[in-house]
Amino acid sequence: MGLSFNTIQFHAERCDGCGECLLACARAKSGTDELAHSRIRILPAEIEPASFPGSAGPFELALCRQCADPKCTTECPAGALSKNATTGVIDWDGEKCVDCLLCTVGCAYAGIAYNPVTARVAKCDTCDGDPACVRACPHEALEWRTAAQIFNAVGEQEDLFVRGLAGCQGCNSELLIRHTLRRVGPECVVAAPPGCIPGMGTVGFNGVTGCKVPIFHPLLTNTASMLAGIKRQYTRVGRDVLMLALAGDGGAADAGFASLSGAAGRNDPMLFICVDNEGYMNTGMQASGVTPYGSWTSTTPVGESLHGERAEAKNLPVIMMQHNCSYVATASTGFMEDYYAKLDRAIAVAKTGMAYLHVFTPCPTGWRIPPEHISAVCRMQVRTNFVVLWEYAPDTGLRLTRPVDKPVAVEEYLKLIGKYKHLSPEQVAHIQHTVNEKVAYLQQMARHARKVEHA
Amino acid sequence: MPHSQYLIVGSSHAALEAATAIRLHDAEGSVTLLTREHRLPYSPTILPYIVSGRSRPEEVTLRDEIWFAQNGVALRRNSEVVRVDPATQSVTTAAGKVWTYDRLLLATGGTPVMPMVPGLSEAKPHVLHTMDDAIALRDAIKQARSAIVLGAGLCGMHVAEGMAKAGLQVSVLIRSRPLREYFSPRAGNLIQAAFAGNGAQMLVGRTPAAVERDGDGCAVTLDDGRTVAADLLMVGTGVTPAMAHLAGSGLETGRGILVDDRMRTSVAGIWAAGDVAEARSFWGGKTVNGILPGAVEHGRIAGADMAQDAALRPFAGAMGLNTYHYFEHHAVSVGLGGQLPDTGEFEIDEQVDAGREKYRRIVMQDGRLVGFASIDDFADPGVMWQLILRRIDLTVMKAAFLAQPQATARRLMSRLWR
Repeated sequence: MGLSFNTIQFHAERCDGCGECLLACARAKSGTDELAHSRIRILPAEIEPASFPGSAGPFELALCRQCADPKCTTECPAGALSKNATTGVIDWDGEKCVDCLLCTVGCAYAGIAYNPVTARVAKCDTCDGDPACVRACPHEALEWRTAAQIFNAVGEQEDLFVRGLAGCQGCNSELLIRHTLRRVGPECVVAAPPGCIPGMGTVGFNGVTGCKVPIFHPLLTNTASMLAGIKRQYTRVGRDVLMLALAGDGGAADAGFASLSGAAGRNDPMLFICVDNEGYMNTGMQASGVTPYGSWTSTTPVGESLHGERAEAKNLPVIMMQHNCSYVATASTGFMEDYYAKLDRAIAVAKTGMAYLHVFTPCPTGWRIPPEHISAVCRMQVRTNFVVLWEYAPDTGLRLTRPVDKPVAVEEYLKLIGKYKHLSPEQVAHIQHTVNEKVAYLQQMARHARKVEHA
Repeated sequence: MPHSQYLIVGSSHAALEAATAIRLHDAEGSVTLLTREHRLPYSPTILPYIVSGRSRPEEVTLRDEIWFAQNGVALRRNSEVVRVDPATQSVTTAAGKVWTYDRLLLATGGTPVMPMVPGLSEAKPHVLHTMDDAIALRDAIKQARSAIVLGAGLCGMHVAEGMAKAGLQVSVLIRSRPLREYFSPRAGNLIQAAFAGNGAQMLVGRTPAAVERDGDGCAVTLDDGRTVAADLLMVGTGVTPAMAHLAGSGLETGRGILVDDRMRTSVAGIWAAGDVAEARSFWGGKTVNGILPGAVEHGRIAGADMAQDAALRPFAGAMGLNTYHYFEHHAVSVGLGGQLPDTGEFEIDEQVDAGREKYRRIVMQDGRLVGFASIDDFADPGVMWQLILRRIDLTVMKAAFLAQPQATARRLMSRLWR
């Protein structure tokens, strides 16, 4: 497995073109305020925007991408450019470079360019892993993404699911469960109640398992209570084995709720993960208790009198928080650093109490999303505050793990998804209103937690 | 009889890129490079910098032994291929060794063209084709006070510049104008002026009529009857595809080895790439495009096709692509540069600023960019290349593009193919 590398991410929608990053780069690289030395370029866009999801903001970026399969290196006749196998940076050797500029022909992204002041090419070297531009940005429009380190670390751990699970194209839940089980490790028992996760083959077919650790297929109704009993038996014989539930929202919020609520109330030691795709997507896209208002499903159709789901979704993670179990958090596969931080905490907690992770997982098939747009939808779900990332523990209270100020309008999220295609402007306004209410409630909880902490 | 599943003749950019592309898709199959060189791979493009002393031969290798070992690619040096026999799927080296192959790539590059001038061959002029040539020329310059350069292509101009900087009295014979494939007459004048300003004698419009040895040096009689004498003579009048080893192979050739958009030759199991291949021109027809970025493109496609990589994207067509750094100046040329085709209507925006410090020429056709060239006015050639290849309609932003080509092209890049 090849190494992944950290990278600078640009959030165009947060950029206001202040130029602090250019100045910081010029200072870091030349010790002067001469902007010609800057290797990052922010470009105000005055052209017609192309239509693709995830694009926002009037500013564009030209910066070396430290390509995995770089072309600048192949165009260099002097051997002056090379991909550093340790850092992933394309290193430029000024001693070897003959200033022929052929690298600038190879790069289609203007990532290596001519600096007229030095009369040499210049490119981003990520400041040895601490980019000055990222530190200088007052708007968090530049972000140093370190998810690569997580992928490298997890890549070293054994994949405990078999090859060839058959999820729908574009579905992120296979990514989620494979990474989760690598992190949990082999000392565990997995429960996968009816839903997409057993449906894709994790519990196996015809007497053959789909998993390298013990996995079983409880009823929708008894997942948490079965795990609680198995855990007690292991404790009795003196073995430290983690109980892991990989349930859908039906197996957690609806039919599974009685046993989940009971186990949470007793704080039974387990890690219960709800993979929330907002309905019964495995069995024909029926609505569940967490299906959002306005959604088309096969049981909430769109016609003359009905315009999708009429009820509001219940906020299951908040309900779980009210059980006072040891740890509750929300997460998204669009924000893996955030997910891993929570997963590590949850694994530690699950030795002694209940950890509940609620992961929002958009469904390409049931929500009518082109598979290649799923990751963009995951990110937009969070950027619009439709999904808020937070965590809770009884001693610290609720903490938002990603800022909720400056959200994108929720309409930008809804229009990416087929199941909301029919929404009227009034329905969109209603959804925006409930999102605002939900955010205000969570902010209040977070403020309360900080007050208690300071008291 | 040694056998390699993938056998590559050559060891420069096209050959190395093909080996890389093969390894991206096939980790197992045996890959062997046969090169007539006794050195590790280097780029022909670096040779003028060896001559000038800017680069040292041992520091410009494109791949080291470690790379070959790590990638499971064998490099066989001193193995010049003299015969290709598709019937037995084999090649023969000058030493008589026979290699068999499953798939063969010919990436043999070019050989210098020697103009038909009386006395020229006998005068044993310097050429700049191999590292050994470069080292010989570098050492000869140290002993010389004057030099004559025949030809004003990139190679000749680079060498002439190095000689002028080393203090030699340099005369450059230019048949038409410098770098005419890449730059218009006005740009050519600027380049020429920089050379004249640095003490080089630019003999424009002149061709050699005869060459004689003159003691340790030589004397060149020009077509106008004048005679120029110098300690050194260097010929840089271009290269032609190296195809001597193809006699009897049955491969279809034109100016070079004819290939399709997957770099396949007319014979099954044989590919060709780089300066030896005659492939699609972006502007129609076929062309031998002897440039480094072209060789890389060819090599990547040939290697991917040889390894049956489904991700292969067929060749989009060759165009002029070059950068040129001379004295304190830098120039770039992308697409249609020095010479426009006779067919079609072009809009040309060519500007030389009053102080003659900057030059820019933008050529458009049907609202699309087809050529960009500049001197001391940098705009990312890699981005311009994509704008041409993708045939991006610039009609709505033409004014912005003409006023600020670099910034506008970068914005388009970020919008369209980031």
